[in-house]
Amino acid sequence: MNAGDFLDRIDLAALPGAVSRRARAAARFRATGWPTRADEAWHYTDLNARLKSFDLALPAEAGSVAGLIPETDLPRIVFVNGRFAEDLSTKMPGLGCYASDAALTEGRDQPMVALNAALAQDGAVLDIAESVDAGTVLLVSIAHAAHQAAIAPRHRIRLGAGAALTLIEIARGEGEYLHNPVVEIALGEGAVLRHYRLQDEAMAAVHVATIFADLASGARYDSFTLNCGARLSRNETHATLAGAKADVHLNAAQLLTGSQHGDITTIVAHDAPNCASRQTVKSVLSGAARGVFQGRIEVARIAQKTDGYQMNQALLLSPDAEIDSKPELEIFADDVKCSHGATIGALDPEQVFYLRSRGIPEAEARAMLIRAFLDEALEPVTDATAHRLFEDAIDAWWRKGVL
Amino acid sequence: MPAVTETIETIDRLAGGGYKFGFETNIEMEFAPKGLNEDIVRLISAKKGEPEWLLEWRLKAYRAWLTMEDPHWARIHHPKIDYQDLHYYAAPKRPAPKSLDDVDPELISMYDKLGIPLNERAALAGVAVDAVFDSVSVATTFRESLAKVGVIFCSISEAVREHPDLVRKYLGSVVPAGDNYFAALNSAVFSDGSFVFIPRGVRCPMELSTYFRINARNTGQFERTLIIAEEGASVSYLEGCTAPMRDENQLHAAVVELVALDEASIKYSTVQNWYPGDAQGRGGIYNFVTKRGACRGRNSKISWTQVETGSAITWKYPSCILQGEGSTGEFYSVALTNNFQQADTGTKMIHLAPNTTSTIISKGISAGHSNNTYRGLVRIMPRAHGARNFTQCDSLLIGDQCGAHTVPYIESRNQSAKVEHEATTSKIAEDQLFYCRSRGLSEEDAVGLIVNGFCRDVLKELPMEFAVEAQKLLAVSLEGSVG
Repeated sequence: MNAGDFLDRIDLAALPGAVSRRARAAARFRATGWPTRADEAWHYTDLNARLKSFDLALPAEAGSVAGLIPETDLPRIVFVNGRFAEDLSTKMPGLGCYASDAALTEGRDQPMVALNAALAQDGAVLDIAESVDAGTVLLVSIAHAAHQAAIAPRHRIRLGAGAALTLIEIARGEGEYLHNPVVEIALGEGAVLRHYRLQDEAMAAVHVATIFADLASGARYDSFTLNCGARLSRNETHATLAGAKADVHLNAAQLLTGSQHGDITTIVAHDAPNCASRQTVKSVLSGAARGVFQGRIEVARIAQKTDGYQMNQALLLSPDAEIDSKPELEIFADDVKCSHGATIGALDPEQVFYLRSRGIPEAEARAMLIRAFLDEALEPVTDATAHRLFEDAIDAWWRKGVL
Repeated sequence: MPAVTETIETIDRLAGGGYKFGFETNIEMEFAPKGLNEDIVRLISAKKGEPEWLLEWRLKAYRAWLTMEDPHWARIHHPKIDYQDLHYYAAPKRPAPKSLDDVDPELISMYDKLGIPLNERAALAGVAVDAVFDSVSVATTFRESLAKVGVIFCSISEAVREHPDLVRKYLGSVVPAGDNYFAALNSAVFSDGSFVFIPRGVRCPMELSTYFRINARNTGQFERTLIIAEEGASVSYLEGCTAPMRDENQLHAAVVELVALDEASIKYSTVQNWYPGDAQGRGGIYNFVTKRGACRGRNSKISWTQVETGSAITWKYPSCILQGEGSTGEFYSVALTNNFQQADTGTKMIHLAPNTTSTIISKGISAGHSNNTYRGLVRIMPRAHGARNFTQCDSLLIGDQCGAHTVPYIESRNQSAKVEHEATTSKIAEDQLFYCRSRGLSEEDAVGLIVNGFCRDVLKELPMEFAVEAQKLLAVSLEGSVG
């Protein structure tokens, strides 16, 4: 369905919060419509083609979703169909409040962010005070759609100076839907956020997540995203290093099969001197899956002594798989060290042969090599729960018989 | 004083060094009226006595051009070009000379200043030169010794008259008339250029070279070059350019088409040193070029080498279509920008057939207020089993007012293909400078040496005859840019 028709069917005034703000966002989204391939930022992902067959509407009440929430001991915040599910969440006094208005920031102009602003009903607001280590929190967003629903939570995470948080974000669902979360992150001086994200949506779903992370000086944003669900997914991360000596790690892996399309897009803006950014992105593609990686490192004139590095590797496991990669450097400062690398290929037959000659069966040998390939991106994930969740998701992918 | 500060100051001091080849030769020109319409296209075609099919081809291109828009995706900025304010046909007023004796002495002296080996020196240097003065070829040497082995090397208008079947078969077969905005414009109004045909099994006995000069004010240059190497043939073609100094921007939209059949190889080398504009960014050439080679035959090979130091704006992506099994595409490039120059250049390697290989080595050097972008595409199609690509793009920044950008597009649809890409951006390391300085090299020589070393992978690909000139031209640009 086209963008205008979809918005026409929604009574924005019936949604909570200020109508004028929603209306402005809706107007911005109407002006652009669904992103198409003519839009350079969406060169390899045709969202329009996928969504025009969707008969989108706002989500109705969900059924039971308990089975979709992973078992952990961690405090958790659960959203179902874009609304806060109090009964499923842990009581965390002082840690968060939920309000639609508070989570809406204007001025981000990407079409899917504007759509989120027009539709968002709820979001987690995590405000961690100065110097507090808030431990690990699970943020689960569940889509349970009987019809083709558009679900758009908008979260905001703020860490005061010296604060620390580990956030494990999980997107899951059942049915056919568009899940369009936006996460806005602001890190104070010296704050550390570890952000581990698992995109494990239903196989018919469309998932478009946009993350904005703004770092003050000395702050650190460590993120790892595992993309394995959804028919079409896109994870777009904008990291802005606004203070000196900030540090960002944007690692990601995608495991795709069948006719899945996965897009990992990163924009790292070095706006201050002496910052470092590291990215390791791995794609494992089987069936007729198509992987996309677009990563841009922007170094502003002021950002001297920048150290930027980006590695993007893809393994093609089948004749019909495809990878499109666009690692970009945009550099305006001279005293910098920036590099990127990209490699694309199949599993090395010699390595498979080596393992087989040691008595390891073919499938196991291939699995072993793929795990080793993924490890480089997964390695910095130090949180045990997150690590286990990712391992489980990878194992589940295996069981689909992709090898 | 820290070495870097000093380097930057040296650049500033030398930036006013100016353009060595900035002079203008006064020869009366015969102009078509300004502007572009079907009548102008017909006029150009009529002036050249072209057959009907070529006129139709031009008109078709012109009509396609009318429906197209300027490409806006490149990282270049310029005021809108008024295509109606240009001359589309300019030629020296006298009839085309029949031998060197008939050539305007002023022209000859201009070539002398540029050091083109045209008369005796041509023989000594062993180079056949098809010198293009603005739009009409004025002198061609060594035609006979080439003719002996069956090589055709002439202007494209001559080829249209004398080898119409060949031209008709291949013209526009690599870059179709409506390929892109500038290629369509070129197809409609191209005035002249070179035509090379190397018959089956012939190894061209000498390097072929064309010197381009842009000389007439307000004259767009629309060169068209077509090179065909038949089965087992090989040729090395050199293209070099320098232009007189002037204030107004000039548009240059050339098209180069290469066709390599089975086992054939074409090496195309360019040294581009057109007027880059002055230190404030006024004037300079707009260089919007479409260069593409088709490796049609098995194990054919096309190699592009370019040293780009000139032009206010460069928009150029020499590409290879690897259609023949086992064919090879290569792209070696040095792009140096200074002052307010803008370069957006790179390549496209389209792997269509099995076991095709491509190599891309790109070295960008930005100084002053310039912006230098590498933009490249590597596409592996499903049929290209065992395809292989290696890409390396390095950028060197000199001074903190310039920009260096890398925009590669890498697309693979074949599991067995291997693609590798790496890119780095850095400045001249202070320890390298210090090392050279401590050995007694001057600041300038040290920077020159390091930059030359940075470009070495590309410069060594140039043919002998050209390497000397390329280094000279790079040195001239370095004088005005990096010390």
